[in-house]
Amino acid sequence: MELITAEAVKYILILLITVYTIQCFVVFKQQDEEKANSIYLRQNVEMILIHFLSFLVLYIGTKDVQYIVYYAVSQITTVSVVIFYRIVYRGANKLLLNNMCMLLTVSFIILSRLSYYKAIRQILVAIASLIVTSTIPYILMNFNNIRRFYYLFSGIGIFLLLMVLVFSHAVNGSKLNVNIGGVTFQPSEFVKLLFIFTIAGILSRSVDIRNIFISLAIAGIHIILLVLSKDLGSALIFFMIYLVMLYVATGRLLYIISGSLAGTVAALTSYKLFAHVRVRVEAFTDPFGKIDNAGYQIAQSLFAIGTGGFFGMGLLQGAPEKIPVVVSDFVFSAIAEEMGVIFALCLILICVSCFIMFMNISIKFKDPFYKLVGAGLAVTYIFQVFLTIGGVTKFIPLTGVTLPLISYGGNSIMVTLIMFAIIQGLYVSKDKESHERQ
Amino acid sequence: MKDNRRENSKTGTEPVKIDKKRANRSIAYVTYAFVLLFLVLIVYIVYYTIFRGPEDINNSYNSRQDIYAKRVVRGQILSRNGDILAKSVTDESGREEREYPYGPLFAHAVGFSEKGKLGVEANANIRLLTSNRPLTERVINDFRGEKNLGNDVYTTLDPDIQRAAYDALGSYKGAVIATDIKTGEILCMVSKPDFDPNLIEEEWDEINSDQKKGALLNRVTQGLYPPGSTFKIVTTLEYLKEHEDIASEYSFECNGSFSYEGSKINCYHDRSHGEVDLLSSFSRSCNASYANISTTLDKEAFRNTCEELLFNKDLPLKMSYKQSYVPINNDSSADELMQTAIGQGKTQMTPIHINIITSAIANNGVLMRPYIIDRIEKNGGGVIRQYAPDEYGRIIDEKYCLSLREMMEEVVKSGTGTRLSETDGYTAAGKTGSAEYSSNKVMSHAWFTGYAPCDDPQIAVTVIAEEAGSGGEMAVPIAKKVFDAWAASVVE
Repeated sequence: MELITAEAVKYILILLITVYTIQCFVVFKQQDEEKANSIYLRQNVEMILIHFLSFLVLYIGTKDVQYIVYYAVSQITTVSVVIFYRIVYRGANKLLLNNMCMLLTVSFIILSRLSYYKAIRQILVAIASLIVTSTIPYILMNFNNIRRFYYLFSGIGIFLLLMVLVFSHAVNGSKLNVNIGGVTFQPSEFVKLLFIFTIAGILSRSVDIRNIFISLAIAGIHIILLVLSKDLGSALIFFMIYLVMLYVATGRLLYIISGSLAGTVAALTSYKLFAHVRVRVEAFTDPFGKIDNAGYQIAQSLFAIGTGGFFGMGLLQGAPEKIPVVVSDFVFSAIAEEMGVIFALCLILICVSCFIMFMNISIKFKDPFYKLVGAGLAVTYIFQVFLTIGGVTKFIPLTGVTLPLISYGGNSIMVTLIMFAIIQGLYVSKDKESHERQ
Repeated sequence: MKDNRRENSKTGTEPVKIDKKRANRSIAYVTYAFVLLFLVLIVYIVYYTIFRGPEDINNSYNSRQDIYAKRVVRGQILSRNGDILAKSVTDESGREEREYPYGPLFAHAVGFSEKGKLGVEANANIRLLTSNRPLTERVINDFRGEKNLGNDVYTTLDPDIQRAAYDALGSYKGAVIATDIKTGEILCMVSKPDFDPNLIEEEWDEINSDQKKGALLNRVTQGLYPPGSTFKIVTTLEYLKEHEDIASEYSFECNGSFSYEGSKINCYHDRSHGEVDLLSSFSRSCNASYANISTTLDKEAFRNTCEELLFNKDLPLKMSYKQSYVPINNDSSADELMQTAIGQGKTQMTPIHINIITSAIANNGVLMRPYIIDRIEKNGGGVIRQYAPDEYGRIIDEKYCLSLREMMEEVVKSGTGTRLSETDGYTAAGKTGSAEYSSNKVMSHAWFTGYAPCDDPQIAVTVIAEEAGSGGEMAVPIAKKVFDAWAASVVE
């Protein structure tokens, strides 16, 4: 009985997420608002079914009542978010809303399967963040002056990064965290947002040479501070954000090309300078030859993905706990192992559809400041997705970045929820602006 | 208009506003670029799942094997002709057991899968526990809670040659390996003492407790022995490399021993060989002459040659093995160099390694990676993966191979290997060795490594019989039986 349920659910989940993913892209073509709305509602149903069936398997497999409790709480959370946004922010983008909840659903499922304790922590942070970020669209609707404070933003950002550099202790060669009253903060996650607003503020005022240099200097300071903290993954993300924002502001391919060249030189230099970068590249080129040390993580990740295959082993049927740091950096491998590579690929496509929607919204903004902010957030999100999934599948070397909204980690989930809320807020207030002009 | 603005900005009078159309175009391009990047990533993951994943997970570090065993009936292991070497049978109570129809014959080559794993059972573990039966059937079986039938592994092993080698080695401890020179296929792999894999669970304590017996050790790949005179192949190669021009004029007066800088090297049983040249030093295996040769060699170059032949290095094998060891370096004493030149001293070598070198020489310097798994088929037929012969590369110059082959032929014609000169329809060549393994100089391990036929080498055979005596008397006849079995199978 147990196994039959697990097996049946495995295939039903794949079917549901495939339909959901196709709908994510179908709505881009759907002009008719009513029809689009009915697709969004069907997506909500699929989301709830995936949520329910997964926890059914977890409960039947473990006979542990705590999964029922967790299911109830997490299901109420995602459903309330959908209802809240639909009622309070009527103009909110429903695809982003659905996707945000879908990704959270997957996070709740896989984390409670991997570690009930961590899943509890994750959902507490998620609920708190959802409550706080639900006010962001309101703030953005009524407050149009943020662009003026970019010097303040960059000041705070640089200060936070300096704090990390001075006060933090290195973990695995990188300084990432600051401990405040027992709570671990990873400032670089938050500084990303400040950085996007700073660069958008500078470049939307004017894209003359002087301003470009100012933006370059500020970006340089951020990146150098991150490199000094040996947080090279974040340095890479900041670099990417700046490069794309500069390109959007100027439309000059030259910046991308020269930026990429500089980036290549920087990458080669960091390879020479930092031992932990060399270790990761070695692990990337030959994980199985170095399986005893450097290659261990990536080899275990590949075992998980390869073992799962397209259809997965089924929830509770695999051995994802063999992968180190599976709840954060390697959560994608755990999903692939138990829920299948098809499910995992759908997840990637859902992330891509979020990104396309972010960019789509940016294009619609009339105000260049919001355009830049939108594009900056979009790239931050998708580049992080790329680094983590590319890393754990051995497509690129590992960078130690988490999968937004899915990986365990309070800072990561908080910041990603803020990003989604900002986009929603801008999306809602942009609509308002155009109405007023009419 | 745009250009005007830009010029204005240089004078610093008016801010340059972002051109929205341009910005939108850039946003679109960035979007396309990332979407493209993700498409590549997705194609890669699909490719990985289909082609690379099944390879990668077949790794002893992958501890997910128990999960597989719960869902799949372990597949069969077969010989190159399709004879079943291992299969799974389910008894009435539903208990799955492994059966080895040939008993101890393939004990180390095929190995076992309970109480740990060895041989092909270990190397192809996940393959055997993966089912490629039709998807619908597998889904139905999953639902019914029934096991799927695992894939079958076809080896390169030849039961006739294996049997001949096994019987010929008799009650000696030791090892026999035969490989196909052109492809690197392992045709037979015998190690003794052995055990019956059918009784591995029952006799586990006995096999394991008896440390001295070492039955679980596959001596072909993991037995380290002094190579004795078979190592003269390597010494000769180094001499040819350094003194090619004068090699034909080499001569030495052997009176049964050679002394240099206070060290003395004796010929086998102190026999004196009289006047020898390079060819007869090799074919008659004159230790004194080789000790003399060693004094002319450059230590650094000698070490390099050894490393090119994969001493102190990893071998191109996909199974567990031990590295061979040569002690030569710049600080080596004359005594060490002389000992090494005749394959004594600290030099240690596995039988498969000397077989690899023999194959490469017979293949004019090009080494084919030895392999034992030919293909994976799904249950009921249909090739999942075919392993093709794989060239490792050239490890010896062709011209030296020709000289070495001439010398190895002479060993059989007139030297220490004449017990191989009268054969049925083929010619053979090789090198014998009688390796002293302790201070007791009376007893020695009997070595032979060689190939056949001489004009177009097909098979390389390496034999070591521990504590058996001289290579020429004891190891050569064992090799001959292996060559005979091979020749008989070729005629068929």
